[in-house]
Amino acid sequence: MVTKTNSSLKECTPIIEVSELDFAYGSTQALFNVSMDIYEKQVTAFIGPSGCGKSTFLRCFNRMNDLIEVAHTKGGNIKINGVDINKPDVDVIELRKHVGMVFQKSNPFPKSIYDNIAYGLRIQGIKKKEILDQVVEECLRSAALWDEVKDRLQESALGMSGGQQQRLCIARALAVKPRILLMDEPCSALDPVATAKVEELIHELKKNYTIVIVTHNMQQAARVSDRTAFFYLGKLIEYDATDTIFMNPNNEQTEAYVSGRFG
Amino acid sequence: MQRYFHEELEQIRSKLIRMSEKAREVGQLALEGFVECDLKKAERALVMDDEIDALEVEIDRDAVRYITLRGPVSSDVRLILVAIKASHDIERVGDEAHSIAKRTSSILRREGKVFQPVAIAEMGEIAFSMLGDAITAFIEGDLELARSIVHRDSEVNRLNRENYKTLSSELDGDLDNELGEASTQIKIIFISKSIERIADHAKNLAEEVIYLQTGDYYNS
Repeated sequence: MVTKTNSSLKECTPIIEVSELDFAYGSTQALFNVSMDIYEKQVTAFIGPSGCGKSTFLRCFNRMNDLIEVAHTKGGNIKINGVDINKPDVDVIELRKHVGMVFQKSNPFPKSIYDNIAYGLRIQGIKKKEILDQVVEECLRSAALWDEVKDRLQESALGMSGGQQQRLCIARALAVKPRILLMDEPCSALDPVATAKVEELIHELKKNYTIVIVTHNMQQAARVSDRTAFFYLGKLIEYDATDTIFMNPNNEQTEAYVSGRFG
Repeated sequence: MQRYFHEELEQIRSKLIRMSEKAREVGQLALEGFVECDLKKAERALVMDDEIDALEVEIDRDAVRYITLRGPVSSDVRLILVAIKASHDIERVGDEAHSIAKRTSSILRREGKVFQPVAIAEMGEIAFSMLGDAITAFIEGDLELARSIVHRDSEVNRLNRENYKTLSSELDGDLDNELGEASTQIKIIFISKSIERIADHAKNLAEEVIYLQTGDYYNS
């Protein structure tokens, strides 16, 4: 089992450290003995066929799986910034502030563009208009959306295009100042132009955030990520620099998968 | 929309231009070494080939990476294909230049000067102007200039045939006389052939520019 990368990438600081993780839905084990480090301010892509466990694994990082009654960690641990996130004293709300998430289908609130961004801050008790205005603008700029929506901030977010809605969701995730952004198939419902914009955004955001992305689109993984992990049947098969995974992987299964000879 | 990875394509293009300029510089230096009987120039040209070889490897590696990770299409994939083919042509120009320099050096070390009965300088002038124009056509995307290069190759071929005829007839006489002179004639035949090959590679480069610009293979 591959646990560390032998990549030629510059040495980076691990922000997520996963050690021997076993995870199950009831009696069905979904992840087997997964160990890997995810590095700060890089984009890490998870690839693999449907059911390989990549989304389950992604959702372990902000304990989204807690919402599924039968889901449970059987063994191993996940540390973020050195803290075991499954310990009973960990505040899950606080964890999710630090580990934001963007889903496959954009899910803006049925509110104005402005209120979508300000929502997270308001529930934290921040009401001052100047602060909210500033954060809304910052987040929309970071999500490369400001120029497109600055004149219609009070319009409903539901009137935006699919690509704009997805970038709004990214902007909304940024509002609570996370350090890590999880993206679960963020472009699967978008057209090529909107996909390109989100990919450009990911490239920009990695200057300030650590990004973990699950994608079925191997070309997307190749384009946007620094490191790629290939999963199959709940096991981490290979994890390395994206260049290595796509140009000269070490494992035959990885080679077969990335070259389309799988199955 | 310009994507962040298009910069990588621009880097490949820049490396190809740098490699071409380097090959032209080495080739011209080698030719000057021969024409001016300048051993120093010939020997300088001998050691300049390594950078060209290294750039070819780099371009190949970058091109494979770009194809694998970026999924280029249309003019982008044509540029990658041209980079791979052109870098091979340019590397061969470097090799021919090295060969000219090596033979010139050998002649000059033994004889101190080169007796030049044939049109090497004239051939070189045409071949290197073809190469220079091919580089310009690539940089500026000048289709007309690229097309004009293709036909200039025939004059270089004609001169090479004449050189061969002259030198080989002299060679028949020399073989009866002195082995050293015969060796020089043979070396000059090879130098003439190297220049003719440089013109061939310049023509290939021009055809690659035409393919890059139009997507069609040039049929001369």
